[in-house]
Amino acid sequence: MAPNSIHWFRKGLRLHDNPSLREAVRGAGTVRCVYFLDPWFAGSSNLGVNRWRFLLQCLEDLDANLRKLNSRLFVIRGQPANVFPRLFKEWKISRLTFEYDSEPFGKERDAAIKKLAMEAGVEVIVKISHTLYDLDKIIELNGGQPPLTYKRFQTLISRLDPPELPVETLSDALMGRCVTPISEDHGDKYGVPSLEELGFDTEGLPSAVWPGGETEALTRIERHLERKAWVANFERPRMNANSLLASPTGLSPYLRFGCLSCRLFYFKLTDLYRKVKKNSSPPLSLYGQLLWREFFYTAATTNPRFDKMEGNPICVRIPWDKNPEALAKWAEAKTGFPWIDAIMTQLRQEGWIHHLARHAVACFLTRGDLWISWEEGMKVFEELLLDADWSVNAGSWMWLSCSSFFQQFFHCYCPVGFGRRTDPNGDFIRRYLPVLRGFPAKFIYDPWNAPESVQAAAKCIIGVHYPKPMVHHAEASRLNIERMKQIYQQLSRYRGLGESRTQRTCDATHLLLQDNLLCSTHKHTLTLHTECLSNISPLCYKRSVVKSTLLLCGEVLKMIERVLKKS
Amino acid sequence: MSLNAQHTCYSFSVMQENRPNHSDFVQSSFILCRMKRGLQGNEEEDGGGTSAGPQKGLKQSRKRRTEEECEEEEGGVRWECLPQEILLHIFQYLPLLDRAYASQVCRGWNHAFHMPELWRCFEFELNQPASSYLKATHPDLIKQIIKRHSNHLQYVSFKVDSSTESAEAACDILSQLVNCSLKTLGLISTARPSFMELPKSHFISALTVVFVNSKSLSSLKIDDTPVDDPSLKVLVANNSDTLKLLKMSSCPHVSPAGILCVADQCHGLRELALNYHLLSDELLISLSSEKHVHLEHLRIDVVSENPGQHFHTIKKSSWDAMVRHSPKFNLVMYFFLYEDEFGPFFRDEIPVTHLYFGRSVSKDVLGRVGLTCPRLVELVVCANGLRPLDEELIRIAQRCTQLAAIGLGECEVSCSAFVEFVKMCGDRLTQLSIMEEVLVPDHRYGLDDIHWEVSKHLGRVWFPDMMPTW
Repeated sequence: MAPNSIHWFRKGLRLHDNPSLREAVRGAGTVRCVYFLDPWFAGSSNLGVNRWRFLLQCLEDLDANLRKLNSRLFVIRGQPANVFPRLFKEWKISRLTFEYDSEPFGKERDAAIKKLAMEAGVEVIVKISHTLYDLDKIIELNGGQPPLTYKRFQTLISRLDPPELPVETLSDALMGRCVTPISEDHGDKYGVPSLEELGFDTEGLPSAVWPGGETEALTRIERHLERKAWVANFERPRMNANSLLASPTGLSPYLRFGCLSCRLFYFKLTDLYRKVKKNSSPPLSLYGQLLWREFFYTAATTNPRFDKMEGNPICVRIPWDKNPEALAKWAEAKTGFPWIDAIMTQLRQEGWIHHLARHAVACFLTRGDLWISWEEGMKVFEELLLDADWSVNAGSWMWLSCSSFFQQFFHCYCPVGFGRRTDPNGDFIRRYLPVLRGFPAKFIYDPWNAPESVQAAAKCIIGVHYPKPMVHHAEASRLNIERMKQIYQQLSRYRGLGESRTQRTCDATHLLLQDNLLCSTHKHTLTLHTECLSNISPLCYKRSVVKSTLLLCGEVLKMIERVLKKS
Repeated sequence: MSLNAQHTCYSFSVMQENRPNHSDFVQSSFILCRMKRGLQGNEEEDGGGTSAGPQKGLKQSRKRRTEEECEEEEGGVRWECLPQEILLHIFQYLPLLDRAYASQVCRGWNHAFHMPELWRCFEFELNQPASSYLKATHPDLIKQIIKRHSNHLQYVSFKVDSSTESAEAACDILSQLVNCSLKTLGLISTARPSFMELPKSHFISALTVVFVNSKSLSSLKIDDTPVDDPSLKVLVANNSDTLKLLKMSSCPHVSPAGILCVADQCHGLRELALNYHLLSDELLISLSSEKHVHLEHLRIDVVSENPGQHFHTIKKSSWDAMVRHSPKFNLVMYFFLYEDEFGPFFRDEIPVTHLYFGRSVSKDVLGRVGLTCPRLVELVVCANGLRPLDEELIRIAQRCTQLAAIGLGECEVSCSAFVEFVKMCGDRLTQLSIMEEVLVPDHRYGLDDIHWEVSKHLGRVWFPDMMPTW
């Protein structure tokens, strides 16, 4: 008898290049595509309305595309672990397929479901298609540890075979004799819910700037490539005022939800490059956007505490300030810095901001000005940012707050100057902060410096209609650069290990002035490049001090252990 | 091993609670264990605390241990008789908590735990749960240190979070350090300058306790504190012979006269950090007087309080005197200014060695840097306008023959000019930290080939710094 399959959609919300879906229909008698939604979870989760809307649109689109194949999407209300056993029985299922999820919690969830399925005698087929590569292979190639610098990651990638080609889009031909049994009341039981049904108030909700779904994604990728072909320039586009706005060629949310296959994108880029550049082989930088994503997925896949500072072996412990009021001002676009507030407004309204804008607000919240933990910023992005994926979101925040990955921290984005250089006229600010519309370009980035007459003419008095700046940026960045140096210098003390070092910390020159402005992180990076030590976080130095101590007095410690055991 | 230790320590602490007359030294290691236990949550507490088993076993083992004291163990080594010096040496490598665990093993080790050598250096971490994610030094441990070890303390720092309570707690400890002789004192605000929020008199009286009682203070780091001129006078009166390092950036209550008094009296001062408004010709002259030792470091923060602020100038002759007196001294300058405030700077030659521009700096000023900073070793430019810095960089490469490190953030340089710059500096560039966006591709080099070209001239593999495209 031909097997009855369930394909379980989580990410990978698409019919093109979906290898596990392809397996679901292969030789099967029936196939049912399910998506689990917990209506109770929806209301209480910390995902914002834009993210929910995007998801629901993806599901609508998926359902519409499945209808064309005489199938439907089954949106199941409930938790997979609770519902699957019933479905297996009710639908006489013998095969379950889903896309591989590399994130630690996803892996845990999937392992539990696999166990359930095995107990029910259901065959489970899992395929990798959310990332370009098998991340475990990258880790294996790196000696069992995820690479901690992007350079190292690139080196490893260049030693791997190119990603596998996309598989064929699900079609009538591929469906073959496989059918989807659909009941009369399918819509009531399994239909895609509306935002209202999930408990969101949609009154006055502006239409989506980023419409969700595979169909939209495929239109966008064509436009994206057309534009690239037209400029015939594959280098990173220089930043300008226009790049700050949502673009109809933007792809990141579609990659996040898997409406667009990263492999499809990869190979389309390759083809186009070869066509335009007359068959020269494309450089790694062509795939920058895809590889960064891959880098963070790799770094996170074996680290369940990747989104935390405490207990996260790759994250430097920085004495961040707890300050809920300041955090709220940042999240609600009330910092008094128009550049920051405009970006945060765009994020809340539209669900997407340019990556340099992300750098600007992340730097402002953490090491640049407010000295607030990156974890707090990450949570706000998780709520608001359409393309925020657990790994990529946490990884980028650690990166931008200089908590990991050995990057430089001498440079903080200025909340006034950075925007001004990008968009001298301030159109971006006027668009998202209409209250400042009347200010001339000269003062739009620092309206608190405008004379009273200018504020009056702009019909916006700073401190009344728009907040005063919440920090003195020059002073804050001076303080914070010092803080960062302190932390990294302390870490670097552990680098030398050896006796003399340890004792030197007890010397009278304990508070020696350091004259190295570029700081010690850079030295870590160099060590990494030259020695190819792939996974020594600054924190590990501390640990390796303990370790070397253990070696040094290993005998003694064994003794302690023995005594302790006896007692 | 650690799990084992936790359980055992716990049972020790249970024992301690049952004993009426436990000694101090057991007490303090007990505090540490209790702290650790607090971190571990309740599970272990239930596991170890309620059962009588471990206690009993422990008593037995103690008994056995005394019987067997100094007898040969199976391994043939008599651990209890390990000489104190060796034990001390080993203990120096262990973090405090591990030392506390080890101190539970036997009397000898417990004694070693309290050896003065191990308490010379201590870092008080003062954090409040409401304002910090990090744990604080346990109050009971602080009490123990003050009671038992304050006379051993020599190198002390306080790490204080953003709350006023923490700063207050630091002052309370400071004012109890009466019978100690500190060599190093660091007051470090880890988040915001919380010492500034204290009543000035409260802070000053605590700080002067240390100044008056510790007669051989050599390093003092009191950035972002309300220290004032009279308290510096107390410092000078008590520690003028020993003071070598003074770090006091952003101390608004100190006047140029106050710091001049320090420079006049403390002839051993070798390292000094302060804000530009305290820098005067008189100060430089004083630091370069014959009686004064050679200065090693002078760090100046130039911070703008409000836009358009006017800054005084320092005479070239004063800097010249300084260089004559201390030819090797490092002059480290951090600028956090608006572009239009640079007027008085880099007009005359200045012996700056390390230069950091924290905010946007104009092309014009960077051009002047090339002309006026012949001793420049390290240069960091965080931001600049949108015009490429090509000629400025090349001039700096030509004129600043000591330049060994450069960092560029939001600036633009054409790839060709950058390659030229690297070629001119060659392998003396030990650090070259350039954000990828800085390099503008031109007809000669694209982004993909520039790192080869630069690596070639540097003689080692080099890449620009990257930020994630997200």
